[in-house]
Amino acid sequence: MHDATITQLAEALRRGKVSSVELTGHCLARIERLDGGLNAFITVTPECARAQAERADERLAAGDATPLTGIPIAHKDIFCTEGVRTSCGSRMLDNFVSPYDATAVSRLREAGAVMLGKTNMDEFAMGSSNETSYYGPVRNPWNRDRVPGGSSGGSAAAVAARLVPGATGTDTGGSIRQPAALCGVTGIKPTYGRVSRWGMVAFASSLDQAGALARTARDAALMLQAMSGPDPRDSTSLPDPVPDYSAELEMPLDRTTIGVVDDFFDDGLDPDNAQRVRDALSVMERLGATLTSIRLENIGLSVPAYYVVAPAEASSNLSRFDGVRFGHRAEGAGDLAELYMRTRGEGFGAEVKRRILTGAYVLSAGYFDAYYLQAQKVRQLISEDFARAFAEVDLIAGPTTPTPAFPLGQKLDDPVQMYLNDIYTIGAPLAGLPALSMPCGLARGLPVGLQLIGPHLGEGRLLNAAHCFQRETDWHTLAPPGY
Amino acid sequence: MSLSLEELHDLCILSRLRITPAEMEGVAAKLSEIVTMVDALQAVDTASVVPMAHPLDRAQQLREDRVTESDRHRRYQANARRVERGLYLVPRVIE
Repeated sequence: MHDATITQLAEALRRGKVSSVELTGHCLARIERLDGGLNAFITVTPECARAQAERADERLAAGDATPLTGIPIAHKDIFCTEGVRTSCGSRMLDNFVSPYDATAVSRLREAGAVMLGKTNMDEFAMGSSNETSYYGPVRNPWNRDRVPGGSSGGSAAAVAARLVPGATGTDTGGSIRQPAALCGVTGIKPTYGRVSRWGMVAFASSLDQAGALARTARDAALMLQAMSGPDPRDSTSLPDPVPDYSAELEMPLDRTTIGVVDDFFDDGLDPDNAQRVRDALSVMERLGATLTSIRLENIGLSVPAYYVVAPAEASSNLSRFDGVRFGHRAEGAGDLAELYMRTRGEGFGAEVKRRILTGAYVLSAGYFDAYYLQAQKVRQLISEDFARAFAEVDLIAGPTTPTPAFPLGQKLDDPVQMYLNDIYTIGAPLAGLPALSMPCGLARGLPVGLQLIGPHLGEGRLLNAAHCFQRETDWHTLAPPGY
Repeated sequence: MSLSLEELHDLCILSRLRITPAEMEGVAAKLSEIVTMVDALQAVDTASVVPMAHPLDRAQQLREDRVTESDRHRRYQANARRVERGLYLVPRVIE
């Protein structure tokens, strides 16, 4: 049962071959049995899950079901969930019980999805290995001595290990696509503003975007469909209507031109990864797509631009954690300034502190123009490169990550090396573009991801290309040994 | 670019973030590496470039100016460590 996709499970639920209560119980039992070795969950919510499953079964019986009704899912612990701890992977929010649901959470609940719990993540979504979590690292189900990627590492590991068929994630610089690639699942980050950010703990507000991780593009389409759409509570959510993603899945690729970023196939790319990605592109070509080489002149500046803009926004966003209204509060502070300093010193981990300090540096008087303003200008140049490319091509393709999953601990003490992991994924969010990663093979027994980037609001086209690829290949069906 | 301990001290004050004396040198070294990495931006000629304001070049959406939220302060204050008569308590700031 756990090997089935959301689409298959929805069919089984609709036909009455299984109930949501049974399916939910099965997944909860797997979490109980297997998550000790993975640490993919921070909080498991069995009672809430069983209650939601019972309601889903009633809806299914009444013929009032959506394709997600009764489907067990997990939420990244960055999404506020009413009455349930929302820790964001931080000691700072270890005691925070959200008084409301994030819009993405309430929309999935209204569609009938059953929440099994909250998944582990890099603290405040700052990381590419899931090692910065206050709750300890997530382990990659393909090799438990290796990282699952981050920051949505718990969601990716939970989907890969068949603990849940789908999970939510968020992506600021690659936090859905990179773990999706390293764990061998399909993950989509939609266009900036497609999914409401309301109730999603803010990291970098001009980049943050919620999305979905699942095993197939078809399943990701179902989740994204439910999550997307305008929200009066998020003024940056896009007013544009949401197309029917599932309806676009089967379109042939014979009129699709895919731009291949030559600069991505450089010395930094593992040769095995490069070969798997090239093989995948050949499959796309066989399916009728036209491949053409493209250049994104300023893409090499993505990492430095991102590591100015994102920390700057983070230093501002994280100023709300002051020990007064919610979250951790240091004991015994003599005055207010000391309360702030000690609360934040105790509540934040090393990487979050680094980002706050970097942000304060690039925003400080005398440095603002040279760093922050310059980064926003370079960001504009990167965005214009993409716009020029999309005048010629429908989609852009390349690797998601430079290497397969790396060993736990390997890069934790070297922030710049860790940041370079996101070298291929950071460009899309800087330009607000949708992008996905899907499995396209194994390198030394570990999953490799193919990344597709689309034009603004091109989610349907991305999912269509990924679905066509998955109809032709079976990389997305591979389960980690033992799961 | 190397960040001095004095600069780091100032950043900690700006950020209201306590770093222990034992951590200072290590933090300064890692921040220096990050600043060196982002210094690559300085080589780009951006004299004629307008900085990005919105990734989709959209304008801020506005809503009608009316109250839409109900009073939920009790619920919100349930997450605060120190509350009295509906007020958040902090160490004394006025003698």
